Amino acid sequence: MIRILRQIFSTGIVTEDVLGQEESNIKVVGDRLEETVKKRFRGSLAIRQVDAGSCNGCELEINALNNPIYNCERYGIHFTASPRFADMLLVTGPVSRNMEIALRRTYDATPTPKLVVAVGDCGCNGGIFGETYASLGGIDKVIPVDAYISGCPPTPAALLNGILRAIEGK
Amino acid sequence: MSLLKDAIISALGEDVKFRENYQYPASVVFCTVPKAKFAEAAKAMKKAYALLAAEWVTEETPCFGIFACYRWGSEYLIVKTLTTTDDPTFPTLTKKYLPAYRFERQMNSLMGVVPEGHPDPRPWIKFEDWPQDAWPLRKSFDASSPMPRVEGEYRWARAEGEGVYEIPVGPVHTGIIEPGHFRFQAVGEQIINLEERLGYVHKGIEKRFESMRWEDGFRLAGRVSGDTTVAHGLAYCMALESMTGCIPPERALWLRALFLERERIANHLGDIGAICNDAAFAFMLYQLMRLKEGILRTNSELLGHRFIMDRIIPGGVAVDIDVKGKEKILSELKWLEKEFEKLVTIYDENPSLEDRVRDTGVLLPEKARELCAVGIVARASGMNLDCRIFNSFPPYNQYDRIELDVPVLITGDVHARTWVRIHEVRESIRIIRWLLDNLPDGNISGTIDPPSSEKAGFAAVEGWRGEIIYWLQSGPAGEINRCMVRDPSSINWLGLEQAIQGNIVPDFPLCNKSFNQSYSGHDL
Repeated sequence: MIRILRQIFSTGIVTEDVLGQEESNIKVVGDRLEETVKKRFRGSLAIRQVDAGSCNGCELEINALNNPIYNCERYGIHFTASPRFADMLLVTGPVSRNMEIALRRTYDATPTPKLVVAVGDCGCNGGIFGETYASLGGIDKVIPVDAYISGCPPTPAALLNGILRAIEGK
Repeated sequence: MSLLKDAIISALGEDVKFRENYQYPASVVFCTVPKAKFAEAAKAMKKAYALLAAEWVTEETPCFGIFACYRWGSEYLIVKTLTTTDDPTFPTLTKKYLPAYRFERQMNSLMGVVPEGHPDPRPWIKFEDWPQDAWPLRKSFDASSPMPRVEGEYRWARAEGEGVYEIPVGPVHTGIIEPGHFRFQAVGEQIINLEERLGYVHKGIEKRFESMRWEDGFRLAGRVSGDTTVAHGLAYCMALESMTGCIPPERALWLRALFLERERIANHLGDIGAICNDAAFAFMLYQLMRLKEGILRTNSELLGHRFIMDRIIPGGVAVDIDVKGKEKILSELKWLEKEFEKLVTIYDENPSLEDRVRDTGVLLPEKARELCAVGIVARASGMNLDCRIFNSFPPYNQYDRIELDVPVLITGDVHARTWVRIHEVRESIRIIRWLLDNLPDGNISGTIDPPSSEKAGFAAVEGWRGEIIYWLQSGPAGEINRCMVRDPSSINWLGLEQAIQGNIVPDFPLCNKSFNQSYSGHDL
């Protein structure tokens, strides 16, 4: 136990305010996110993530939002286990034919008003998988999409930017 | 002389024909047998202690080519047989090899060849609402247009009895993970059967390869399973290089190994953390995610991508490391090693965690062997397998210098699978240091000509999950005629079904995480 406590205290808080390079604008983004989440969602934005056929690359980066460095909960953003409590669906693609029905059902199970954000190049337009017998292409081919986050996969900072765009847009 | 070659010759005699015009690596033997002898060849392989590595089918009008790839130690033997379009049947291998169970269902679903004597005629990956005659891998199939939906039903395995109930899970899971469906039959808390249903993320990858150019295929390979992008890209490039005889420059080969080990470290860190988190020890997850983020950021800074996607190209690599980059990696490893060892001590000393991970989700060694398991799952269940040693490419083939230590545990439980990962992280740190200390000078990429017609190439690469196999074939005009992808998940998912029996329902996430197989790599 003493080791665990020592590790916790010696690690301290690693959550970053200002990150280097492309992530340099996260402070600004973070402040605006917090403000918008507070104003429009009473301080709590619940996101349901749906993998509609992705390669798992986008999921890794979405998972990274929860790590102590990006720590998206500080802005009031959290990932929920059920679409019933969700304000936003974060959908990665392309939509595979075998996931189409499950995606529609998840969308229908989410209470309105709801936001849908398409994540990744494949979620935006089908990406390298295109439109074939098995892949229907981008998320907007199946459900209405409010915002798009491109990138293969988008970095955690790009994801936060995209989520901000989505909640400011409405 | 190859042991498997001897075994098949002594069993089949004159019936087996060896062909040399396919340019495989030296460790791969290729032969053809008559259809009636296909199962007999499997019997001979089983007798020689070989494992079934993959089974697949190609269309060679007016025939189908049925392939089975066996592995024993460092040898691979590919057996091919032909079956006609009018009578697309072939003898099933399921009686000898369990993994053939899913391989053959998949072959049947996507190409329409019929394994005779297969115990389970249900389609796999092909869902019940696909048209019956839709066989996407056939050349006559129009892949560009959407398929209509038809009525159909999937028959699940059922359990009956007093107090037996069923829990369906998925395809949309509670966490941020890929989709798949699991159906448990349980009595009280105890699971008596688990049936997996995968195929939800089938994106038609193998078909998609056939419409791509050779020089672009590596991008698609890098997106077969996003967490294993380096190993998949590498396996594609190596298979392509084996077809054309291209040998990338020495420095490129070493950099590839560096990328591969960095990917292994990053994923293992995430996995160890997630396993502990599923045993309600969230502290480890956050600590290890912090370390993983460090690795990803260095990747992004030095190599231009957090997961090193698209940095391995046919003929070499696309990005080099300079002296500063080398120093950066070395100092990062020093930090990582120090932090990681502290956490390993905590993992090891925590009795309540040990209580959850020990004797949970046991995949017995004999079962693992029967299933021909690969990678971390196999090594945690007593099988000594690692392509880095048994099918090595430079620099891994410098055994005496690299002295790769492969961890093999025999308990087969969640703890063993975690411990194999811990050991591999330590090994990878050591290998990266060695690679950087001895990195040869020179170019980082060479020229590669497109392969000529009617050739085939093969590569096996040890990704972080295990052995990845690519088999490429060029058509009459030199185009990609077939690209067979075998992710370790194609086999290891079967292991989860076995390991979960007798465990309690709340331990399922823990067991599943300790396997952490890819849905996308399996569904293709």
